[in-house]
Amino acid sequence: MKRFLEKAVKWLLTASGFVTSLVILLIIGFLFTEGAGLFREKVIEEGYVLAVHKDNSVKELTAAEIKAVFDEDITDWSELGGPDMEIVTFRLEDADEYFTEEELGAQYEYAAGKIDSLIAATPGMIAFIPESMVEEGAQLNLIEDNAISPAEVLGGSEWFPTATPAPLFGMWPLLAGTLWVSFFAILFALPFGISIAVYMAEVAPERVRNILKPVIELLNGIPSVVYGFFGLIIIVPLLQQVFGLPVGESGLAGSIVLAIMALPTIVTVAEDAMRNCPRALREASLALGASKWQTVSKVVIPSSMSGIASGVVLGIGRAIGETMAVLMVTGNAAVIPHSILEPLRTIPATIAAELGEAPAGGAHYQSLFLLGVILFFITFFINLCVEYISHRNKAKNS
Amino acid sequence: MEKIEARDVNFYYGAFHALKGISMEIPQNQVVAFIGPSGCGKSTFLRLFNRMNDLIPGTRLEGQILIDGQDIYGADVHVDELRKNVGMVFQRPNPFPKSIFDNVAYGLRVNGIKDRAYIRERVEESLRGAALWDEVKDKLGESAFALSGGQQQRLCIARAMAVSPSVLLMDEPASALDPISTAKVEELISELRSQVTIVIVTHNMQQAARVSDRTAFFYMGEMVEYDDTKTIFTNPHKEATQNYITGRFG
Repeated sequence: MKRFLEKAVKWLLTASGFVTSLVILLIIGFLFTEGAGLFREKVIEEGYVLAVHKDNSVKELTAAEIKAVFDEDITDWSELGGPDMEIVTFRLEDADEYFTEEELGAQYEYAAGKIDSLIAATPGMIAFIPESMVEEGAQLNLIEDNAISPAEVLGGSEWFPTATPAPLFGMWPLLAGTLWVSFFAILFALPFGISIAVYMAEVAPERVRNILKPVIELLNGIPSVVYGFFGLIIIVPLLQQVFGLPVGESGLAGSIVLAIMALPTIVTVAEDAMRNCPRALREASLALGASKWQTVSKVVIPSSMSGIASGVVLGIGRAIGETMAVLMVTGNAAVIPHSILEPLRTIPATIAAELGEAPAGGAHYQSLFLLGVILFFITFFINLCVEYISHRNKAKNS
Repeated sequence: MEKIEARDVNFYYGAFHALKGISMEIPQNQVVAFIGPSGCGKSTFLRLFNRMNDLIPGTRLEGQILIDGQDIYGADVHVDELRKNVGMVFQRPNPFPKSIFDNVAYGLRVNGIKDRAYIRERVEESLRGAALWDEVKDKLGESAFALSGGQQQRLCIARAMAVSPSVLLMDEPASALDPISTAKVEELISELRSQVTIVIVTHNMQQAARVSDRTAFFYMGEMVEYDDTKTIFTNPHKEATQNYITGRFG
């Protein structure tokens, strides 16, 4: 009976460990397959084509070029390497400018032929029309519809996932936004966090510490949306006044909120590490005539470096992955920020804000998963760095 | 000339009366051993000489301790200066998690010495003084933790000697070491006596007999007897001392 019980427990533990690992692997696998699907999608919206006059020498356009053409930022074919000819854009909605309802038919049944001849008659035209409206033997050329290229996604600087005819998935602004906000958050949180940790571990009387520590740990439990609220009501208007900004929602507001959120983690972990610094080391330093501050800065902090580093990384992890608070205070403009005082948008905020609207399985949906993959790689890389640092410290100290 | 002088020292941990009316004189360039059973107050007394007990909250000192005629608990004394002058070696080797070189150079650096050539010179002298130079001269950049326990303790002695103290306190410096390392440390003590006054706390009576010129026997917070080491071990005046050194208690 006892042996059977022991076996059962062993199997239960094995099974739960196995299941947990499997679930994690599945989640990562899911993220990757969905994200990679983006590169199988075509540039032009599914079911549609871009048609041009059959004599037009332009055969290929990038997504960015297509957007520029339809936004009328590019108005001449010569800018695209074609003939010197003005571009005339045509969308299906524009059909009634050219034809009467009778000409098109109640169900648009004659539209295909009409559009065909319209394009034939207008050499500079580019038409965004459903695939079904292109007839056999029509007098027009179709712009080649390439798959979305990784270079355009990872290096692209424009994020317009719902633009037609061709959405733009340039992730650089989101990546830059995330890195900017996180970088500044750490820049603020690090000096404060370490100072508070040093104060609590070395300076504060026991009674103050006994009050301060639980309070700081409590801050960890506040939901991030509450921090966002605080940021929106207090920090955003404050920044607007102090810096005279048109809008207070900015990367700086996000960084400050994140710094406040990361503080408790950094403080508690770093403080624990410093208090665990062996008393013998402190005494050795003091006995050599070092002052208290010299002891802290030259012995206590270096010897608890790996603990401090892991606190900082946990803090960064929180900052990079944090969604709600950032979403509320950064202004969510998907442009590459030129200064921290401009609105910007982070990867997690983008996923949270857009996933609900993106049709499942579509390019937009897949691009959000790809953002998730990128986020995964960033945090993975940071964890590797910390692992490396603390490992090296350990090797050096033992 | 008396190097250290204690005048009617009483010491309290909170309400606990740990040292009771101790007065003693320690002459310059001698080795004085403190012996006695655990909890007799010998380490506490030792740690008064470099004000290490200041770090423990709730302690109180009555009486005076003078080093070179100056009251080290006086208002005009800088603790950092005092500790530079009164070095200490602890029970367990406690090198810093730094390189061998940086360990020895630490005391010089925190005392504001920046001259690299001088630091290098002092590090070598101190390591030679601690009979460690030949063993570590090719790996000064390596972590001090790579050394054996005995080497680490000699490194700690070198570290303490690097700032040229005039007194060296040793709190059971060999209790965590093997016999060979212990022998080396003892040898070192007799070499260092020409440079510093050494006060050593030890549990090991043979050690006290081997290394010291004078020995003080502590019991229950009191100094029972203080005399030439030879007298203490061959012809003690007090019965308690006699009982302790013959191993009847302790």
